[in-house]
Amino acid sequence: MKPSAPTTLIAGILLVVCLGTSGFARYHLDQTRSRTSPDEVLYVESPRVIKRLSLGYDGLLADIYWTRAVQYFGTKHVLGSRQYPLLGPLLVITTVLDPHLTVAYEFGGNFLAPQPPYGAGMPQQAVQLAEYGIRNNPDDWKIYYDLGFIYYMELKDYSKAADAFARGANVPNAHPFLRVMAAQMAQHAGELQMARMMWVTAYQSTQDRDIRANAASHLLALQVDEDVTNLEKLASLYRERTGHWPSNFSELEATGLLRALPVDPLGHLYRLAPEGRVEVQEPDKFPFIKKGTPPGYTPPIPKFLPSD
Amino acid sequence: MSTRIVHIASNTFREAVRDRVLYNLIAFALLMSGAAVLVGQISIGIERLVVVNLGLTAVSLFGVVIAIFIGIGLVSKEIEKRTLYTVLSRPVRRWEFIAGKFFGLAGTLVVNTAFMAVGVFAALLYVSRAFHRADAWILVALYFIVLQFLMITAIALLFSSFSSPLLSAVFAFSLFVVGSFAEDLRGFAALARGVSHWLATGAVYLVPNFASLNVISSVAHEQPIAKQFVVSSSLYALLYTGMVLCGAVLIFERRNLK
Repeated sequence: MKPSAPTTLIAGILLVVCLGTSGFARYHLDQTRSRTSPDEVLYVESPRVIKRLSLGYDGLLADIYWTRAVQYFGTKHVLGSRQYPLLGPLLVITTVLDPHLTVAYEFGGNFLAPQPPYGAGMPQQAVQLAEYGIRNNPDDWKIYYDLGFIYYMELKDYSKAADAFARGANVPNAHPFLRVMAAQMAQHAGELQMARMMWVTAYQSTQDRDIRANAASHLLALQVDEDVTNLEKLASLYRERTGHWPSNFSELEATGLLRALPVDPLGHLYRLAPEGRVEVQEPDKFPFIKKGTPPGYTPPIPKFLPSD
Repeated sequence: MSTRIVHIASNTFREAVRDRVLYNLIAFALLMSGAAVLVGQISIGIERLVVVNLGLTAVSLFGVVIAIFIGIGLVSKEIEKRTLYTVLSRPVRRWEFIAGKFFGLAGTLVVNTAFMAVGVFAALLYVSRAFHRADAWILVALYFIVLQFLMITAIALLFSSFSSPLLSAVFAFSLFVVGSFAEDLRGFAALARGVSHWLATGAVYLVPNFASLNVISSVAHEQPIAKQFVVSSSLYALLYTGMVLCGAVLIFERRNLK
């Protein structure tokens, strides 16, 4: 039967009109929902229930929950949020669904442990996550390293950090630095050199672009902190000798305290502020520095993910 | 295999192709290419895992749906269209009809899985840039998925031999779900006491154990599958399929088709 031309025309027009208006209605619906409905909800919180509901396809579901955790952290991180109530549960669900998803322990700890604005400020949950990862992947030395890292950097519990590194050092094919770190932890805990060694290991032990960038950024910051400390000491020494603060680094160079004008790791000259304070020219380029920033400086939200 | 079974099987295969069953490959191709391109942008460190997990899960689910929805109509559709009477009026035994239908649908699923496997490996090559030795375990996972299909096809055929298509679909899908909980059922049987223990133990051996045939997560993490496990699983799946097919033949032999 030949299709009726008027019917085709009317149905075609109606289709386009309905498509357009339904899209418009949908847009308004989304706007209303985002204003009224609670933002952070996990409809099923029990990881065991979710595992049962997956009908054995738990690997794919774990990937979906991991992606959800990454998106959740990334979105809130970009907005400068200091509260991440769903991050812990999302990571628990992910790792219960797939206990061998090591990337979730590696990055999950990095999301959970650091204080805001760098992370969620939940180091204890990060420790629990890493311990769960070790129970399920006892031969993966990186998780022991992550655990020690959290104890060292965030909780400042050096004995537990040493213990984690020592446990990791006994794993076959563990990075040799783990044994060194476990041994040196007792003597050099809290020192700049120790922190540098840990970030170098973090950089060397992964091929992941984001983790390497993060480690490199921390190493640059440590270098700046060390440079600023040393330069401020020289400025104080200059004052002891001359009775006044130097007005620029050339004066330090002229007295032989400096061999050349000092530059930061990115090649920019350090700036000498009043009263011997040393500052970097572009503090935004060093998101993790603790020294060398101008008074009242507010650091930008550090970039951690490629999606940031 | 008798030529009659081969004829019925090839006709079943042709009918499935005519019914555009293989069109699911288009959806599968879109899914895989979308995942391969998108996941790297929205997640971290799981590009390969997602391709393997999503690819094998999709192969499994697409196949299960095809096995159930085509399988439930294998006998009932022939009765409804009265073509069964034409077939059985020739020198074709009823068991040959059941066997031919089974092999026809199983063949369709194997061909479908082979095309999907090509898609999975293509997506894997796209995200990993090269194949690795551990990728060969994906073939083992695909083999296990085919074993699942054989069991589900037999189950759908069993229900199709005595029940309506709707009820057959409900029964077959329910058995698939229960079979996915086989390990939990075994745990329950171990905990139960008295009559419950014996009933639960009986159920453990009666329902298909799909859980043990799911090695997708292990393969995604490049964990090897033991040879002994492959042999035992193959034996179990083939024996279970044979048992269900025998049940279908027994019921169909006694069914009054007037």
